[in-house]
Amino acid sequence: MPVIDLATASRRSLNAELHALPANTNETLWRVENPQGQHALAVGLDAPIKVEIAGHAGYYCAGMNKQATVIVEGNAGVGVAENMMSGMVHVKGDASQSAGATAHGGLLVIDGDASARCGISMKGIDIVVKGSIGPMSAFMGQSGTLVVLGDAGDALGDSIYEARLFVRGTVKSLGADCVQKEMREEHRVELRRLLDAAGLPDVQADEFTRYGSARTLYNFHVDNAAAY
Amino acid sequence: MCGIVGLFLKDKALEPQLGTLLAGMLNVMTDRGPDSAGFAVYGSGDAEHVKLTVRGRDLEGVAAAIGGEVDSVVRDSHLVLSFPKDKEDHVREWLATHRPDLVVIGSGHRIELYKEVGLPADVARRFDLEGMSGTHGIGHTRMATESAVTTDGAHPFSTGADQCLVHNGSLSNHRSLRRWLEPQGITFATDNDSEVAAGYLSWKLREGATLAEALEASLEDLDGFFTFVVGTESGFAVVRDPISCKPAVMAETDQYVAFGSEYRALVGLPGIENARVFEPEPARVYAWERN
Repeated sequence: MPVIDLATASRRSLNAELHALPANTNETLWRVENPQGQHALAVGLDAPIKVEIAGHAGYYCAGMNKQATVIVEGNAGVGVAENMMSGMVHVKGDASQSAGATAHGGLLVIDGDASARCGISMKGIDIVVKGSIGPMSAFMGQSGTLVVLGDAGDALGDSIYEARLFVRGTVKSLGADCVQKEMREEHRVELRRLLDAAGLPDVQADEFTRYGSARTLYNFHVDNAAAY
Repeated sequence: MCGIVGLFLKDKALEPQLGTLLAGMLNVMTDRGPDSAGFAVYGSGDAEHVKLTVRGRDLEGVAAAIGGEVDSVVRDSHLVLSFPKDKEDHVREWLATHRPDLVVIGSGHRIELYKEVGLPADVARRFDLEGMSGTHGIGHTRMATESAVTTDGAHPFSTGADQCLVHNGSLSNHRSLRRWLEPQGITFATDNDSEVAAGYLSWKLREGATLAEALEASLEDLDGFFTFVVGTESGFAVVRDPISCKPAVMAETDQYVAFGSEYRALVGLPGIENARVFEPEPARVYAWERN
């Protein structure tokens, strides 16, 4: 198992080594020591490998990830897994703002809390937060699923499109055009799949409330013409 | 972008290391603010004496020229004068009369305040921050947005005795707030938006608010982006604007409370591996007081 110690190696050399791996590489498990909150660790990966980051990561960790599994054994800074396409990112501590922002695919699991704007403009990513999420989460979320075992802050799902939100705890307030929706069987099945993927077999789908778009902002309403 | 740091010690044993720890934190924040740097340290002092931090040139001999029981320490472009509190008017008058070129940038029983244009590591070295001890300190690395890259525009800002503030962000209603505060007797030395925030808190404290109450009120009255770290003689506080536009990370152990714009700034602190590391919530005041 290659071990990269960032106390001596540079972040650029780490990322360059990971980018150079062929798709059929046998070096499938990497360990990054002494991350010390450095930014842009393990970004832009595109190989079926697993990268363990032994501590806290800075901004944009595992951004643009494809295929790889990135595990942060601590907290992650702003924009963890932003624009992820596929693969999995697992943060064992808390995540800062904009976790999973604009991401198209893959699974982001956060064991602790995520702060403001979790899943902002999400475009297909699945996010499971075992703690709570901050305000303005899933803002303009287009598709994908955000599952929160704890509570959600203000303005959840503001201006949301078709992202699906499941919250087990309380929601401080809903954003514009975000409403509570009925939980149908297809949603229970989807939620069950994500809870299992996040290693939560004992959490029941029925404990959650579903939220999504009321779809009233999709088209211009002529009654608003006078506002312009 | 700017970088801010703060360190509030609970454990007296760490006090001799305050400057060294703060210098390390400040240096890491160079990436966020290479234009200028500054810091305030709450060091030795007592209620019977006043300390003035004065900035300018030709500082040797100033204390002797003032005469009386005035002690002084010169650190590069800054001079700290210490004297019995009943001499404060005399010292200020002397400076205004004989040395109008000098600027008083901080005053109080324990605060010392230093700031200069340049890379944070160079600024810390010029003032020998590593050699300073104290109970708490805050620092700032500046990437200028709202006013020029000058020493005047560097943080921290101090607008009241033993008070100081560092700011990451920019305020949009600082002009109107300034026009409102000036008739209340709050004076400003620069055109900087952050100084207005400091003045606003000084006004609130003067009106009897606690540090936490003053910061609660600022959430209503200040418009713009801000993460503030504020120091008083016995207190240390943090607040972020309601949409948490600017980053913040905190760490708390039995020995200290630490603030950094990024976690990277905290990695050199003792016991950080086992600290409670958390992100302060938007629009929530976090305040600590010395026992």
